Amino acid sequence: MHSQVTVRVNGTRVVVPSGTTVAVAMVRAGEPCRTSVSGEPRGPLCGMGICFECRVTIGGIPHCRSCQVLCEQGMEVTTEN
Amino acid sequence: MAAAARAAECGVRVGIVDDNFRLGGQIWRGESDGRQKTDASPWAERVRASGVTVLCGLRVAHQQESGVLVAETPNGFCELTYEKLVLATGARERFLPFPGWTLPNVMGAGGLQAMVKCGLPIRGKRVVVAGTGPLLLAVAAYLHQHGAEVMMICEQAAWADLASFVLALFRWPGKILQGIRLKRDLAGVPFAENSWPLAAHGQQTLESVTISHAGKAESIPCDYLACGFHLVPNIELPSLLGCAVANGCVQVDDFQRTTVPSVFCAGEPTGVGGVESALIEGQIAGLAAAGRVTEAEALLGERRKARRFARLLDRTFRLRSELRGLPLSETLVCRCEDVSYSRLRQHSSWRAAKLHTRCGMGPCQGRVCGPATQFLFKWNPDSVRPPVFPVRVETLAAVTGQLPAQYSEVTGGQ
Amino acid sequence: MSKATYDVVIVGGGIVGAACADELAGRGLRVAVVDRDVVGSGATAAGMGHIVVMDDSEAQFGLTRYSQQLWQELRPELPDDVEYEQCGTIWVAADEEEMIEVRRKRDYYGQRGVPTEILDAQSLQSMEPNLRPGMAGGLLVPEDGVLYPPCAARFLMERAQQRGAKLRLDIPVAQIGMGQIRLTDDTQISAEIIVNAAGAWAADLTPGLEIKKRKGHLVITDRYPGFVRHQLVELGYLKSAHSVSGDSVAFNVQPRRTGQILIGSSRQYGADHKEVDNTMLVRMLQRAQEYMPGLAQMSTVRTWTGFRAATPDKLPLIGPWTGATTGDTTGDKSIYLATGHEGLGITASLATARILADQIMGTKPEIPVEPYLPARLAKEFAHA
Repeated sequence: MHSQVTVRVNGTRVVVPSGTTVAVAMVRAGEPCRTSVSGEPRGPLCGMGICFECRVTIGGIPHCRSCQVLCEQGMEVTTEN
Repeated sequence: MAAAARAAECGVRVGIVDDNFRLGGQIWRGESDGRQKTDASPWAERVRASGVTVLCGLRVAHQQESGVLVAETPNGFCELTYEKLVLATGARERFLPFPGWTLPNVMGAGGLQAMVKCGLPIRGKRVVVAGTGPLLLAVAAYLHQHGAEVMMICEQAAWADLASFVLALFRWPGKILQGIRLKRDLAGVPFAENSWPLAAHGQQTLESVTISHAGKAESIPCDYLACGFHLVPNIELPSLLGCAVANGCVQVDDFQRTTVPSVFCAGEPTGVGGVESALIEGQIAGLAAAGRVTEAEALLGERRKARRFARLLDRTFRLRSELRGLPLSETLVCRCEDVSYSRLRQHSSWRAAKLHTRCGMGPCQGRVCGPATQFLFKWNPDSVRPPVFPVRVETLAAVTGQLPAQYSEVTGGQ
Repeated sequence: MSKATYDVVIVGGGIVGAACADELAGRGLRVAVVDRDVVGSGATAAGMGHIVVMDDSEAQFGLTRYSQQLWQELRPELPDDVEYEQCGTIWVAADEEEMIEVRRKRDYYGQRGVPTEILDAQSLQSMEPNLRPGMAGGLLVPEDGVLYPPCAARFLMERAQQRGAKLRLDIPVAQIGMGQIRLTDDTQISAEIIVNAAGAWAADLTPGLEIKKRKGHLVITDRYPGFVRHQLVELGYLKSAHSVSGDSVAFNVQPRRTGQILIGSSRQYGADHKEVDNTMLVRMLQRAQEYMPGLAQMSTVRTWTGFRAATPDKLPLIGPWTGATTGDTTGDKSIYLATGHEGLGITASLATARILADQIMGTKPEIPVEPYLPARLAKEFAHA
């Protein structure tokens, strides 16, 4: 049984299978999760919630570790600059 | 999971707390929900059947008073009151800096595997797997099985060390079988020992990797670099609780007791030994915590064997000194605060570097840059202070004894 | 054993020691600094780096105002990592009673040439929308600022070294007196003058010195730029800072240039272990949440503690040490003190260096130094 979930990443619709994390949705959308202190694009590194590179704003809450969050229908994900 | 199941099967009231949204940790990520039959299944079933309370999505912040932990939940916080505590906080990958390592799509070896398990499409993607440790082979095999094009596995260990490792496996016949299976799963995948990444290249994301192979630099175009240098025990929570630590591992006796009364520690934090070691130690800790010393004693023989394997892993996969020469002056070492190698090199200690450059002051709390600088500069880390993981102000401000009781009789898994 | 001779050796490489080294080396003296840790450790590493004019007494005002002006003069030379920001302080009044205090402060500062602005409830809300509604108002002191103390100390120390000062780190001092400093590796350094700038540990080196450790806690959050714009301090802070006993907390919050928010403050007497004290941490954070409810949801990255050096009369000790009692007859004229700054070390460091140097060199200080002289605390010699 495969269901799909639609989330929005920086306003763009991204459709993923259910059970996908937000971090994976970011990589699928080709978007870096965040911009570092000196301006570098960054994406997930550790995949297990300890490196904090995958942080995004979800539903208005900043600094969410996207690799630890499952995509839910209608989620609004924005990147932090 | 092993500790919880064994203790609960003795009739003790047990709760498991995990930051991840499902049980299974890193090795068994996604395998505990019963959809497929894997090594995790029997233990997952035993956890379910024995009535363990499973609390996922919780991270422990600190201990307010003896016997009471404060943890953050997805929407709030709670107290965890215990008579006995088993710490099975696992390990994380060791990351070492090299030029380009901060590019998106450069991930840990376990990191990329975790992402694939959580839905990252990998079929047809070109992957270079690099670093050190048995995790590299396991990850390469997993990716290969799921349709990735594994361009090369680059293991920094020397041929002689790997050969000794293979020969020493005669003590653990089960592992020889595992090894044979792995070799079969990885047929056709190029493997290079004495090999390590020199640089990752790309504009906005990874486009290619330059590796050192047989003394020469070789460039490999790829989509992902899965790179990790073995494992670092997660000793932060044990340290915060006052458990004695030596050589980066929590000190325990044969029954997994730490130096803090009522606190046990099992698995990777006591010394990186892999799945078998974790299962044995977990069971011993669970039984001992439940007061079943005789039953725990029955497992001590296997424990000794497992610890011997852990020591073998340490020896085989120790880091070579060439890896200290990988970062360039401008290569970032602290990724949270973007501190470069050249800025760090000016300081004589972790503490001085932290104070003057902010290295280690970011949200990862030194989990990435700490082991890297320990290897690069031989610095010793600082003492651990709360919160042991970033949590909301309201969680740190929680006053124990005044919170409403939650999860009091919740049973069953998720 | 090796000996070396200096005009001045300073024990303590925190902000005060570094400022003194910079000033004295700048005036041509041969200076050395010794610290058992790194430059900018101790309270310098732990503190908030708030540069603030205080009005608890004329003497405190004089020192902090003078020093604040020195910081403003120094500002163009400070490197980026010192993160100097003239964000100003807002003293927050929760009720009408505290507004009376606001008006008193405004008059006090106004009479002494310190610009301030009274904020009513509305202007306070618009300046700092994340303060909880219902505050009565506040006092804005626009010339106050913040900086990052360890890098400020490092800047001053490097400048001192460029001016010829020598530095020895990672070595504790075992004993000082009679122009000799003995380090724990038995090295001896000779100096005409020894400056004890050892902060909370000054009394370890100068027996009889009445300096007590006053422990404080701090918490820093992840990045939330724009959440708070000024250093915000509750007027109750004054009650906390100026009680001479008991544990207390006060709302005290600072925006860092990184966008992180620094949350303080707490004071404890008699606690001399550096572990975070959960009870104090909880009290401090609850107080902070009362004033700024939005803090509750913010991610905290670190907590830590530090020790302020507290004197019996809340003023620092700057000048020659004449012994613990007026009858001390050791004849040791070599020891000077530059310590006891409690929560004002960063603010007062530059002025401390100036007036210490003036006393050593016999030049006229720009402010009267009597209130800070160690001799003021010397007890009457007790007859048998």
